[in-house]
Order: sequence, then structure tokens, then C-alpha cells
Amino acid sequence: MRLANPKALEEWRARLEEAAAACAHLPKVRVCAGTGCLANGSAKVRAAFEAEACARGMTLPVDFAAETTGCHGFCERGPLVVIEPGGILYEKVKPGDVPEIFEKTILRGEIVARLQYRDPNTKKPARTPGEIPFYARQHRLVLGRCGEVDPFEIADAVRLGAYAGLAKALDMPPGEIVGMVRESGLRGRGGGGFPTGAKWESARKAPGRHRFVLANGDEGDPGAFMDRSLMEGDPHSVLEGMIIGARAIGARKGFIYVRAEYPLAVKALQEAIRQAKERGLLGRDILGTGFDFDLEVCRGGGAFVCGESSALMASIEGRAGEPRVKYIRSTERGLWNCPTVLNNVETWANVPRIVLDGPGRFRSMGTEKSPGTKIFSLVGKVKNSGLVEIPMGTTLRTMIEDIGGGVLKNRRFKAVQTGGPSGGCLPGKFLDLAVDFDALTTSGSMMGSGGMIVMDERTCMVDLARYFIDFLAEESCGKCTPCREGLKALQRILHGLCSGRGEPGDGERLRALGEALAETALCGLGQTAPNPVLSALRHFPEEVAEHENEHFCRAGACKGMYWPLVDPSKCVGCGACGKACGTGAIKGAPRIPHVVDRQACITCGACLEACPFSAISPVRRERPA
Amino acid sequence: MDPVAVPTAEAPENLASDLEDLLRSTPRHPRFLLPLLQDIQCRFRYLPRDALRFAAGHLGIPESRVYAVATFYKALSLTPRGEKTIKVCLGTACHLRGAGSVLDALSRTLGVQPGGTTEDLRFTLETVNCLGACALAPVVTVNDRVYGQMSPGRVADLLEEEAGHEAG
Repeated sequence: MRLANPKALEEWRARLEEAAAACAHLPKVRVCAGTGCLANGSAKVRAAFEAEACARGMTLPVDFAAETTGCHGFCERGPLVVIEPGGILYEKVKPGDVPEIFEKTILRGEIVARLQYRDPNTKKPARTPGEIPFYARQHRLVLGRCGEVDPFEIADAVRLGAYAGLAKALDMPPGEIVGMVRESGLRGRGGGGFPTGAKWESARKAPGRHRFVLANGDEGDPGAFMDRSLMEGDPHSVLEGMIIGARAIGARKGFIYVRAEYPLAVKALQEAIRQAKERGLLGRDILGTGFDFDLEVCRGGGAFVCGESSALMASIEGRAGEPRVKYIRSTERGLWNCPTVLNNVETWANVPRIVLDGPGRFRSMGTEKSPGTKIFSLVGKVKNSGLVEIPMGTTLRTMIEDIGGGVLKNRRFKAVQTGGPSGGCLPGKFLDLAVDFDALTTSGSMMGSGGMIVMDERTCMVDLARYFIDFLAEESCGKCTPCREGLKALQRILHGLCSGRGEPGDGERLRALGEALAETALCGLGQTAPNPVLSALRHFPEEVAEHENEHFCRAGACKGMYWPLVDPSKCVGCGACGKACGTGAIKGAPRIPHVVDRQACITCGACLEACPFSAISPVRRERPA
Repeated sequence: MDPVAVPTAEAPENLASDLEDLLRSTPRHPRFLLPLLQDIQCRFRYLPRDALRFAAGHLGIPESRVYAVATFYKALSLTPRGEKTIKVCLGTACHLRGAGSVLDALSRTLGVQPGGTTEDLRFTLETVNCLGACALAPVVTVNDRVYGQMSPGRVADLLEEEAGHEAG
């Protein structure tokens, strides 16, 4: 049923709200069906709820409803189930738990204690998501509907406010929309931090018969998945942002470029587009205002470089995704040489709220130069992994210690990696840094798309630099020489350093090569590629020097570059290391301090990881004279 | 990556008729090259040589350009892949939590190197740089099924569970 005008949309929303209010007292469960929870078996959990309800003679969905939602962000604890009324959260729910949940929680309102989330530090159980520090410290605005709505049901999104921003924008002159976005100070969430309003203005003014809006959903940074969750969990927020953007710059066609690795996101977006068209929110004569705009999903081909703007456009045009030199901005000549606005998925999802609530409200959060919130994916050696949306300017400490619950196994925090392969590592002295675009850049890292990878003392910074350079060397498109050859040269030196073949002067060679590469590469991929190496040299020079001169890895991550040594004063003889060891190199009897047999040890590091008392540490090897 | 031994498969016999419906549903514009190749890849699990020729003819572009695209993107392959593609995520979070040893275990169990396909054409083993399921690290996917919190010890279970699934 098409919505004839903005008023019809509001009436529909009112009806949906009314209907929801009328059955608010009825029991229902919301089961997360994001990629993470599906992997942990959430589809079976939902089926079990429905089967149980039927077995109890209830009628679906009148007496009871089992709804699926997009990602709740707390993926590590999945499958997550929220039970209404009451908003009770259970984690790691198995189909076998369902009868008990039904009997106790749904019918009698009692809590099943063993399924509750417990704070890893205080062991205190949490009843609702709001009681968990992971959620309590967040400001979920962009992610607001993720986890609340069924991404495959437009009515859910509309009930919670979707397309209200569009209705308002359709009533405004396009120039005013651009002005609003500019005033809000919104900056590109994909990493560059370029002012979105300026980009729109430039494309709006550029001469051309056709204009395009594009969404960059080619989220390639390892360790970042906020765009995936948005596209899977609330696709309409991205659509709405793009339709508003198209209206503002005068585009009639848009593309959403999605990574090959995100099949569920493609499905959710395609279905969202179909439903939006059916309702007259997309396609011809949107909401009866005479404005036409069409959207299409493009599946990526599995190439990291396609996240770069000109490469992405080449890929949509049906060519190999190679970047071009940007003498002319893509806002003037982008896709098929037409004025084009390319924004990240998260940037688009911010737009409806800015239009609806006004730029002032948006600016009231975050910092002066980086207003609003940002979604980070907090992963690695941290207790609570998942997606975290917080105002810009929040400190790393709040993010890692309060929201993340601290470092896994209470190990010592070593560094946090931000910005993916183009970013860098920040050591402990930066924990009180208020995170925004500029603060990260000046401290030698970058925002990137918002990956936050926490590392403990078992992470070797040289090995991590090697990891990123390996990644980039593989993903380099090979078009320009500095990137193609420079990365290989960096790779050779780093592999030497990580395998005990380091030579004095390697660190200096890395620096010289890295700086040259940053200055001469053709596109953003190459220009930022040496960052992981340069930030290791900047913040962890002593570790690089040890690899270079002593062939020693203090983290115990590089094989053959240390010996694991048991500290007899800390070892209680529990045997955990012996169980983890694959070569039987741990000798000792129960309750007596163990020793490592160096003849048998292959320095795999398993014992370092396994020891619950941190009694085993890497020590230098004696080197032949 | 070293060239790996690839099992040879006969090109599908009636390629032209097998491709007919795909071509018919693809508009004749060069921008549909990547989606068309993705569809062909999906159907045959690789891009038969002749299919590249048909694609070029249909879209009115040189075969060289089709070849350029076919060899640029990792999701496309000129050699047959297995019924199921096992992707081991080597993203940062997975790397930190031991994805390397999971890859080693899969490689050992299947008897193929990363990038290789088992002789019976059942499995292709690949690595991927982040599947965006970092909270489940280390992650392995088989076609579109996701296995989280993997360990070398769980590799046997994974292959057993996969044996129960039909191809697809």
C-alpha cells in the first residue's frame, strides 16, 4: 500500500504505535538474528520459542510473539534474547533453555539466574540491558533501532520513527537540507573525517545533468563491523539518509556498495529497498511530492582497495577496482564522471536524525570539531567485545575499562589499535585521550572506520606491524610502484625481524621506506599503509630494537625468539601449561613448580597463554658469540 | 601465494544454453559485468573460459576487460572451486585470538594449502581478512554458515557438521 503523502506516513505510524501499545502487555521475545548470534544458533532458539508457545496452546502471534531483530551489538554473549514486558535480557540462550524461560519468566515473571549476564569483575547479575555497564555507558542513537526492530519489516522501523526525517526534508528547499548538515558539523564516519556538508554543497553546485549518491559499505578494515551491523540491523536508517541526501543534491539514482563477505547485509538492504518502494518511500514520486529516486545494491568482489572512493566507483562502473589520481574531486566528477556524493554507511545513518532534531541537538553531543556519536567495534583482548556507540570525546579508558570491562584475564593493557591497517597503536599513556578525529590523528593513529582492537602484553608490536603489512601487501592493487614494491620491501624486513633474522639498522630502514611510501603512493591505501610500522617505531622503539639487535621478542609472540621461563615463586603446579603444551615440554609434578624442557619446546606460546597465574614469562635466549 | 595444484574440471557441456537465462536477465550495459561474473561464479563455482567470451559478447566489451575484472576480484576464480568454500578469518581480532592455528589445523585435516581445493572437489580452503564477526573470533565460515570461537580442536566437529549439510 503506497503512502500518498507525508501525512499518510504519520497516520500509519500512529496506527502502528497504537497497535503496539494495545499489545504491550502480551508476552513476546526478541531474538537477535545478527551474524554473530545466528552463528551461535539464534534461529534455533527462536524456533524453540514458537514451538513451545504452540505446545502450550497459545496462538501466534496473538498470545505470544517471537520476533527477530538485528544486531544488539553484544555479539560475544549471543544468542541474546530480550523478554517483554520487562525487557529482561538473557545471554547465550540454547534451545534447551526455552521451556524453563517460558515456565518461569514468561508465565510467572521470575528470573532464570543462570542465563543472566554477570559483570566479569563484580559478578553482579544484570536484569535488563540498561543495567549492564556495556550498554549503560553508551549513547545508542544511530544504533538505536538495531536490536529493537525486525530488519525485514519496514513497519517496525516506521513505528520507531523511520522516514520522519525524510518527510521533513521533502518539505524543505534542498539548499536548506545541505545547510543543516553543514551546520551540524557531521564528519565522514568512514575514517577521513571530511565535513559531510561541504561534500554535499560541492556536489550540489557542480555542473552536470546526472548526479549520484553512493553508500560505502565496503567495510574492509579488519576488526570493524559497525557498518555490517547497521545494514543488517536497521537498513532503513541508511536508505532514509541516502534519500534525504539525494533530495539535497538533486540525485535520482544511488548505489549501496556492500562487501562480498556480508551476504546477510545484502539481503536485508534488498528487502528494505523493495518494501520502501512498495510504500512509496523510494522510487517514483516519493510520498507524492514528485521527487524520484531509485536505489540499487552492488555486491563487492572481495577487494579491500574498493573501499577507496575512486576504486569503489570504478567497481560500480564494472571495471577492476583501481584508484585514480584525484586532481578533480569526485563531488565534481565521480561515478561516470558525474557529480557524486560518496558517504560511509554510518554517515548516512546519522543524517535522518540531524534533519529531524536539528543540527543543534546533534552538536550538543561530542566535541567542538567532531560532534555527534561514533560507533566503535571494541574487540581483541577485552572482556566485553561488541559494538559501542558513544559521544565523540569519550576517553579510551572509559571505552576499554568501563564499557569493555577491562583486559581479558586481567592482564596488563599494552596498547589499543585504532583505524585498522591505516591506523596505529596507542600505548597506555594515551588511555586518557578524549577520542575524536583530530586527537587520534595528532597522537599518531587515526579514527579509521572505528575499529578498536585491545592488546595485552602477549601482543608483539613488531608482529602486529608485520600482520598489517602482510595484509596490505596482499590487498595492494599494484597500480602504483611505491605501494606495490614499497610494501614488499617493508614486508621482507618485518618478516626478518619476526623470525630472528633482524639486522642492526632495520628499524631505520623501515622508517625511511615508510616515510617515502606515505609521500609517494597514489591513493589513500598506500599513503596510510606504513602507519602501523611508523606507529610501532614511534611508541614501541625498544621492542623494535630488541628484535633488531637481540633477536628477542618480549611478548613471546615471535617463534624462536625467547624461552618461556617459569617463575617458581608464582607457579602453584596446577598443570594448566602442561595440558596446553603440544610437545610435552613442560616437566613437573602436581603442586610443585614446573620447568620447561628447552630441547622439546618449540616456543609456540601456548603455555604463556594458558597459565592462570602469569607465572610463565618470555626471557632472552643466549646467543652464540 | 604459490601456485597450487588445481583439479581440472571439464567445462560444462552446454555452456551456451546453461548461461542463456543469466544473460537474458542481465541488461546489456558494461556496469553489469561484475554482477554477471558473480552469478556465473555462483552457478559453476568458477568462471569457465568460454563464459568470459559470452559475457564480453553480451555486454559489448572486449574480452580483455572481462579478463581484467575476472582476475582482479578475489570472489572470482578461473579454476574450479570446491562445493563448499571454507573461509578462515585472519582479521586482527581473529589473528590475536589464534586464527593461525585454526588455519593450520584445517589445512592439515583437509590436506590442502590455503587457496587450494581438495581432490574430490568438496572443499576449497581460503583465508579472508575479516568477516566482521570479530566478537566471535576466531571465525570460520563455510559457504554462508558462520562458526565462531573456533579452535584447532573444533575443526573435526566443523567438518562433521558440514558433512550433514547439502552442498550450498
